[in-house]
Amino acid sequence: MTGDDERLLEDLLEGKHRALARVISKIEDRSPGYRDLVSKLYAHTGEADVIGITGSPGAGKSTLVDKLAETYRERGETVGIIAIDPSSPFSGGAVLGDRIRMGSTIGDMDVFVRSMSARGTLGGLSTATADAVKAMDAFGKDKIIIETVGAGQNEIDIVRTADTVAVLVPPGSGDDVQTLKAGILEIGDVFVVNKADRDGADRTVQELRDMVAMDAGDSVSMSGGHHGADSMAMLEDHPDDEAHADWDGGDTDAGDTDDWVPPIVETVATRAVGVEEFIDELENHQTYLVDSGTRAEMARKRYAEEIRTLLREDVHGLLEDELERAGGVDDLAEAVRNGETDPYTIADELLDPVEASLAELERD
Amino acid sequence: MSSEQEGESIRCLVAKVGLDGHDRGAHVISRAFRDAGFEVIYSGLHKAPDDIVQAAVQEDVDVLGISILSGAHNTLVPKIIDGLEEYDAADDTLVLVGGVIPEEDRPELKDEGVAAIFGPGTSIEETIEFVRDNAPER
Repeated sequence: MTGDDERLLEDLLEGKHRALARVISKIEDRSPGYRDLVSKLYAHTGEADVIGITGSPGAGKSTLVDKLAETYRERGETVGIIAIDPSSPFSGGAVLGDRIRMGSTIGDMDVFVRSMSARGTLGGLSTATADAVKAMDAFGKDKIIIETVGAGQNEIDIVRTADTVAVLVPPGSGDDVQTLKAGILEIGDVFVVNKADRDGADRTVQELRDMVAMDAGDSVSMSGGHHGADSMAMLEDHPDDEAHADWDGGDTDAGDTDDWVPPIVETVATRAVGVEEFIDELENHQTYLVDSGTRAEMARKRYAEEIRTLLREDVHGLLEDELERAGGVDDLAEAVRNGETDPYTIADELLDPVEASLAELERD
Repeated sequence: MSSEQEGESIRCLVAKVGLDGHDRGAHVISRAFRDAGFEVIYSGLHKAPDDIVQAAVQEDVDVLGISILSGAHNTLVPKIIDGLEEYDAADDTLVLVGGVIPEEDRPELKDEGVAAIFGPGTSIEETIEFVRDNAPER
């Protein structure tokens, strides 16, 4: 690590806002040395509660996050917010507008709002988000909120960085609730019917309730539902026991009977109605995670996924170089178009030297 | 490491400060910056200088574009720049001012640390070009 980066890390741990902002930029830009920086952050993490908030555009996410942050601040807790907006796939540019709706805590530096956009790399944003969460955690934030539009797999991956995921459903979604089922339902630990003063809110609550009840019925036969703790894996020692000791609490065979059933909360975010109840449910879920041992299980899964993603990115980088050496992808693609070869052959040829050198390593 | 070379994007905060409700220009420039491939954060209307400083620091922007049409630039702009200095962010933030700024006020704003002032009639291309050429190297 360079001297600059060391100073940056020191400043971040001391609580300098500028340093936190700069570290997150390095993470986003993947600028040289960011990996060393992030790996140094890990020793200082594990204290923050991470909450993910997702929902369709216009569901009121930013407004609710704003009120959530305000309430946490009233309780004396510091807050970090990562607001994710899509970027244009054409220009790569983005207008990140969530900040506008976060007016309640404006001027309060203990609410650190950071806007991020997808920069067009496969899975890159979820890695960057996870790393940015680490930076805020190491900085000493008590609560970290990730806000994203729940539209596709990418967003679901992002929100999985959180311990607790809240899904916002606007009233009158009707059939939309059915479509939610496909992906979003599985990731929701708490459902929020925002704009609950509007027509159709009761019906939406009822529909969600039916859906949750059906889901809970299913999971009894599937040993522990979607977060099911694996009691064998629980015995493994965590490498970072010191920092994450509290994650391993609780008995290991909770599951079938004490499974978490997602509660449904009604809020009117613009008037801060129902926010306290929402926070209570978030806290209940955090308690459940610790008591059931699920939090340790989730952390392990998350780290496994991080390791895999990093490796995939590294190998991808190596192969990009290899592709460059082979004359660039354009020429190869042209060769396929002319019927001279096919993608499978090219992939095999490119991988051959890599496999050969790996085999050589094994012999040594 | 090639996986570390991923795209750096110019980050801009487009800010409306003070009692000035005219944000057509700010919207136009936000959109143009986006189309130029920048990441744009728009502050919304009626922000205090401290709010702008908070956003600029937290978002770690390369460029801060302040739009002022109210005539209060001589008090508001220095406040923002002082705030940036407080967080050691003044040196590597390119500060631009857009709006109606009389010729006689310009030298003083430049002394304060404003890199460029874009008055009425400036073309969008000119502004984008300026940002591309002058955005601080990180």
